Amino acid sequence: MGVGIEVANLNAWYGSNHTLQDISLNIPANHATALIGPSGCGKSTFVRCLNRMHETNPIARVTGTVRMGGIDIYEDVKPVEIRRRVGMVFQRPNPFPTMSIYDNVAAGLKLNGYTNRKSLDEIVEKSLKNSALWDEVKDDLKKKSGASLSGGQQQRLCIARALAVDPEVLLMDEPASALDPVSTSKIEDLIFQLKTQYTIVIVTHNMQQAARVAEMTGFFLNGRMVEFDSTQKIFTNPSDKRTEDYITGRFG
Amino acid sequence: MEAASTGTKFQLRARIRGLIDSGATILAVLSTLLVILPLVAIFIYLLLKGASSLNLDFFIRTPKPVGEAGGGMANAIVGSATLLAVASILGVPMGIFGGVYLAEFGRGTKLANAIRFTADVLNGVPSIVMGIAAYSLIVLPQGHFSAFAGGVALGIMMIPTICRTTEEMLLMVPHVVREAALGLGVPNWRSVLSITVKTASPGIITGCMLAFARVAGETAPLLFTALGNNFWSTTLNEPIAALPLQIYVYAISPYDDWHRLAWAGALVLIVLIVLAVSLVRYVTSRGVLKGAS
Repeated sequence: MGVGIEVANLNAWYGSNHTLQDISLNIPANHATALIGPSGCGKSTFVRCLNRMHETNPIARVTGTVRMGGIDIYEDVKPVEIRRRVGMVFQRPNPFPTMSIYDNVAAGLKLNGYTNRKSLDEIVEKSLKNSALWDEVKDDLKKKSGASLSGGQQQRLCIARALAVDPEVLLMDEPASALDPVSTSKIEDLIFQLKTQYTIVIVTHNMQQAARVAEMTGFFLNGRMVEFDSTQKIFTNPSDKRTEDYITGRFG
Repeated sequence: MEAASTGTKFQLRARIRGLIDSGATILAVLSTLLVILPLVAIFIYLLLKGASSLNLDFFIRTPKPVGEAGGGMANAIVGSATLLAVASILGVPMGIFGGVYLAEFGRGTKLANAIRFTADVLNGVPSIVMGIAAYSLIVLPQGHFSAFAGGVALGIMMIPTICRTTEEMLLMVPHVVREAALGLGVPNWRSVLSITVKTASPGIITGCMLAFARVAGETAPLLFTALGNNFWSTTLNEPIAALPLQIYVYAISPYDDWHRLAWAGALVLIVLIVLAVSLVRYVTSRGVLKGAS
């Protein structure tokens, strides 16, 4: 089951560049939340702060609090631990090229020392079914490399890999931006199904996509969050002039 | 009229491009042939000169005293294998771990820069100096020449090549692959060993093979360390024969019989190196999956 995320006064820097300024919002559990905004507005940095990937860059810095299920992820736990509970799907599909399809899905468990073969088989099958890839790859699980799949399949493989460790939150950083329309619609269907079990935060450049998959939408601009509300409100009757300008295509 | 003249202009340009294209292709093919030519020429020459002296005795006998016909280089073949085994046990892990440190843990630190610089300098040190170093570090204190000292000299020569190729290969692993591992909650050390090094392993193995093939033919570092031996040696504590040493001794001798054996030895050395490299390639490529890049 997913957990809600409470973010308060989050600030992030790359070197001297203040990329996120005073972000506060509550992301509801078991729903999809979309983050929209022009390139460089800080939305990717924001999701990377939710699983502490931001700080893997040596020049990066973060202040503020992020609470998930009552735990302050910057105070109470180690980064490695929080990343196991918060799955991430990246912009470009990034399967492990030397691993088979099976090993790609099992990687998160295996590399954390989980070796029960029988239940691994079950988890791999379940994860691939959840990511709607099972039927396409079930005959080549251990024969083919993850890198041999098409771009859309690779991205669904990456989603399966993220699901296999049974996270509570799934972060998706423009998961469909490198994919063709058919693969994109598959990924969107997937988000629709997954949000019943996981809390999903999706960064997207595609406003139709946000409108299709998300209940809540946040609009980011120049490192600040301009508006956060129900998707319907944001797209039909935004309270801020800048949101309206962006939605209607007047800039960005 | 206008249309016709643009048409001819276009055709002319297309023809020029076609010519440049074929010219470039021919140049590339010629260059490739030029690169392969010396290797093929050497190999053919060795076959002509050495193949006639190859017989079963060559592979199972030790050298005969001057004046007696026959004899072989069995002890030198085994000796070379022993020296290379010692060198690899020392050089491969140290080189790989050094490269992993440079690429993954020490990136940008002063220590890493110092190590990288040292490795590059070490790579340029003449091999005979390596021999003298091993001589003063191991042979002098121990008071005798030994296979161990020879192996150490060769092993130290392998380190910088392996270290730098490992670093280069690891840096070529895309950043997104590292992020994928970290994003799964895999600890950094685990991600480095199981993901990054594994992804770069074909290149790392190539680096090891290059270093191996290079030191397999080295004579100079063995002159004051392994020394050479006309008899079987079964311990690392005694002088040991090696193919390059034996070739050197035979080739500068005044006897025709020995010259022929030296040619045969050179042929065997090259064939063995090719076999060893191919074997490693075969063994390490068996696990590779369909479509893995």
